[in-house]
Amino acid sequence: MSRTLFDKIWDAHVVRSVEGLDVVYIDRHLIHEVTSPQAFDELAARNLPLFRPSQILATADHNVPTLHQDQPIREPLSRLQVEKLTENCEKYGIELYGLGHQRQGIVHVIGPELGLTQPGLTMVCGDSHTSTHGAFGAVAFGIGTSQVAQVMASQCLLLSRPKRMRISVEGELRPGVTAKDLILYVIAQLGTGGATGHFVEYAGSAVRSLSMEGRMTVCNMSIEMGARGGLIAPDATTFAYVEGRPFAPKGEAWHDAVAYWQTLYSDDDATFETEYTYQAADITPMITYGTNPGMGIPLTGHVPSEVPASEAESFDKSLKYMGFERGESLLGKQIDYVFIGSCTNSRIEDLRAVAAYVQGKQKANHVEAIIVPGSKQVEHQAIAEGIDKIFAAAGFELREPGCSACLAMNEDKIPAGAYCVATSNRNFEGRQGPGSRTLLASPLVAAITAVQGRIVDITQYLN
Amino acid sequence: MEKFQTLHTTGRPLPLENIDTDQIIPARFLKATTREGFGENLFCDWRYNADGSPKPGFVLNDSRYRGSILVAGKNFGCGSSREHAAWALYDAGFRAVISSYFADIFRGNALNTGLLPLQVSDEVLARLLAAIEADPQLELVVDLPSQTLAVPAWSETFSFAIDGYKKECLINGYDDIDFLVNQKSAIEAFEKQRAWTW
Repeated sequence: MSRTLFDKIWDAHVVRSVEGLDVVYIDRHLIHEVTSPQAFDELAARNLPLFRPSQILATADHNVPTLHQDQPIREPLSRLQVEKLTENCEKYGIELYGLGHQRQGIVHVIGPELGLTQPGLTMVCGDSHTSTHGAFGAVAFGIGTSQVAQVMASQCLLLSRPKRMRISVEGELRPGVTAKDLILYVIAQLGTGGATGHFVEYAGSAVRSLSMEGRMTVCNMSIEMGARGGLIAPDATTFAYVEGRPFAPKGEAWHDAVAYWQTLYSDDDATFETEYTYQAADITPMITYGTNPGMGIPLTGHVPSEVPASEAESFDKSLKYMGFERGESLLGKQIDYVFIGSCTNSRIEDLRAVAAYVQGKQKANHVEAIIVPGSKQVEHQAIAEGIDKIFAAAGFELREPGCSACLAMNEDKIPAGAYCVATSNRNFEGRQGPGSRTLLASPLVAAITAVQGRIVDITQYLN
Repeated sequence: MEKFQTLHTTGRPLPLENIDTDQIIPARFLKATTREGFGENLFCDWRYNADGSPKPGFVLNDSRYRGSILVAGKNFGCGSSREHAAWALYDAGFRAVISSYFADIFRGNALNTGLLPLQVSDEVLARLLAAIEADPQLELVVDLPSQTLAVPAWSETFSFAIDGYKKECLINGYDDIDFLVNQKSAIEAFEKQRAWTW
């Protein structure tokens, strides 16, 4: 029977089915300091052992400072939470790449770079951006803390099978248009709840031609249109990225693995409940103007002037928060901060793209520009390639790895009223700090904005 | 988890769409390592001024509304997977949220917390929001065993969908851990028969 890529992987992980629900086996469980403490407490309260500690990997990312990581965390509650993670990992025998470890970083950056993320796996984490790992052809999705405890106790979850959606983007992306623009464009078409209840497969020649970093950016933002997760069929690009990484299969096992991975694609006549096709040529550099990721427009476009009556109250509240008007262009708007980082865009390719543009240039005087690498490895690689010096000369501050100003739970925050062009994934009210105003964009758009100090049509400024 | 059978209460209206979990409980409050106490920061940035004083006009600060059902615009709970959002609503006294659409992860988290996500049509939601704003004492009766929401003032009853297993869990106060741990032998057998060599 013809099956989708998603169904092939899901079916291979069903332990048994009960009353329309599947007991789904989870291969890899990633944990971090914020959504795990209550799950560990749950196990302790029920006197349950941790079922498969070797299938869990922990890191500290959300709550960590991005300066002076060699020193104790100053904020007491953040420190306590990170210490709690260390205690729990020691108690239960879980591998922890904590603060100061050479493999520490944002959970969705280190999984792939260590080769833990592989095609055909099921992966979960108490974080909605777990969909990132779908870039490798894995079924990966975010879960709540009760489910974190369930996986700790049983290595399984009780789930209903989501619907399938395929989003194809065909053709070649234009100059200056990146994976980030592609996914912001798709989310703007579907809206912030447009894929709820679905698992999305991204397909088409424009998606196939993306690097692994680009594919991760696309899959990362699946949740921003409500999708349970997103994935891309593995191919030669995937295998080349995984090969040789610390946790990748080696020797004979590598060949067996690749042979299996090559069977992971949607059959020609597989059925998707919902399908959309877009043309790459229609996509231009994007930016968001509102307070959810679906409120995106081309950089040269205008804020919508008309919305359905039922959405008007939310829409106008959003524009008021952002300080924008219906129908206006964002071109020329002055920007205060540029944040380059987060699980969406903090990989070496993102940093290289920024460096390639800012080399020999200076950020605008009034802009504060910070670059937060996704992991210790990305940081080291940037230094090895001399990118750190390019950033320093251009006035961009390169920090140490963490989630940073994406979510304002650590020390990195954007002040109330300030405008920040960010490469992260959410522009919700207060996401980067109470009153902060976030405009989501690609690393290239962020870099050019930092140099120009205002929103411009970047196609006029490409190197 | 506490048992959920019926709910006889009034609603508190929040007629905004796409309410994300960063609004329900901002990330800066996620530093706690226990489940309790999130209620005081529920909707913090909509509810309080920077100096901590309540913002007049926000529904949680409006003494006319005291019920344990939040009635909110569509696509409620989008964004982050933080279960803390469901805990905060529960801790603040809510036992159900009515909306015309819930984000997937929030729906699951709510069910695991004992908070009922009750989905109605866009039309019923619009009627409810208008009616509650006109009469904050409008009585709402949720009956989980029969999967109904009754509005006695209208002499109308609406049925709602819920997964059969999750319904039993809510009614009995069970959660998935009990069930999954009991599957241990099937899970171990599954692990043994897998073809993985890497």
